[in-house]
Amino acid sequence: MLSQKVAQQSLRRLAVQQPYALRWSLMNSASPAAVALGRNIQTRHAASSTNSSDPTKLLEKQRLNRPVSPHLTIYRPQITWIGSSIHRVTGLMLSGSLYLYATAYLASPVLGWDLGSASAVAAFAALPVVAKVALKATLALPFTYHCMNGVRHLIWDLGTGLTNPQVIKSGWTVVGLSTISALLLAFL
Amino acid sequence: MAALRTTSRLFASSKPLFRPAVFARSYATVDAVSQEPNPSETPKIKTFQVYRWNPDQPTEKPKMQSYTLDLNKTGPMMLDALIRIKNEMDPTLTFRRSCREGICGSCAMNIDGVNTLACLCRIPTDTAKESRIYPLPHTYVVKDLVPDLTYFYKQYKSIKPYLQRETKTEDGLEYRQSPEERKKLDGLYECILCACCSTSCPSYWWNSEEYLGPAILLQSYRWLADSRDEKTAERKAALDNSMSVYRCHTILNCSRTCPKGLNPARAIAEIKKMMASH
Repeated sequence: MLSQKVAQQSLRRLAVQQPYALRWSLMNSASPAAVALGRNIQTRHAASSTNSSDPTKLLEKQRLNRPVSPHLTIYRPQITWIGSSIHRVTGLMLSGSLYLYATAYLASPVLGWDLGSASAVAAFAALPVVAKVALKATLALPFTYHCMNGVRHLIWDLGTGLTNPQVIKSGWTVVGLSTISALLLAFL
Repeated sequence: MAALRTTSRLFASSKPLFRPAVFARSYATVDAVSQEPNPSETPKIKTFQVYRWNPDQPTEKPKMQSYTLDLNKTGPMMLDALIRIKNEMDPTLTFRRSCREGICGSCAMNIDGVNTLACLCRIPTDTAKESRIYPLPHTYVVKDLVPDLTYFYKQYKSIKPYLQRETKTEDGLEYRQSPEERKKLDGLYECILCACCSTSCPSYWWNSEEYLGPAILLQSYRWLADSRDEKTAERKAALDNSMSVYRCHTILNCSRTCPKGLNPARAIAEIKKMMASH
């Protein structure tokens, strides 16, 4: 091992100090016999045999079977995309319930339902306290979160607050503030 | 003979002969000989779960394969671990890599749930937790950790990523910029197009056919912001539709994941501002 390294090192030094000596010793000058036999000409072999089938066809065939790599299920939960998905879900909840109630209210004279303020107040007053708080919280939390996160989006649209620390900080601030304000609204 | 003579001259020389730095080349695998004199080190065995799919068996579903490595004998980065697995355990494991220093963007993959470059990602030293390695999310898999980025590159081509200019300068020399104009390109020109940000974007997952994605939009802004480019209006017109830019919903996974520390989200916000001001 040691002698091998010494020999290698000395060869390296030789190559640096006396390049001509090394080149001469390594040079393969063609002998007349080799010229006569045609061995002075270098031949190169292809690394692999040439295939008659079109390689692009092979790729196209493979492309039909390719799986899509996993995405939503394997990506680490982060305040960025989880917060964004909650923003969308809460928006759907708020607009969905508004549309649902508004359509029912419009249809109520035809269907004979009583959906007016007075009956809503009466129905709500009849509920036990726990149900009142829970119902108010489930309505208040989507509202506060969506509202505050909406302000965050407006700030981003100005081109500010987009660095990683700012985004993380503002994200958790919105989560905290919306939860607190939702609880306050629920216990009103 | 010549070699012998030089060797003897070497022995006579006053320079220290065996400097370890000359001989020891560092590879992904830590040299066993140089490590052995330290018996007090207990092996740090860590499990790596790696996504596998082979195009030669297309009917087989993709699966996770686990490999265990001793971290004492492995280099510090995820790429070192992958190279060691490929060299010593399983030569069929396929992944792209080239520069091992975060400038080529080849080894972009999803490591422990986050897109990053394997060469810039340290192996978490907590051996109790296993590391999970997937290809870039929501891409077509060519094999194992190799994603098909053909469409991504086509999208890059579509934004004409080069200086477009008709007029020459007055003195016929290079197109000059003020230091302030040049400063606008900082944080944009450094992008290596590794596709980490684009494939971290849920919006790009669902709309990659038409939405350009954060990486390409950052490049787009790099040319929109360039004071030497004269086709700003045309570039903006090309983006002026509901899909190219406006599928960005400021989710901000892109800036969070960028292994180069760039901010594609800010670039997209600037594009939106440019589009709105005219």
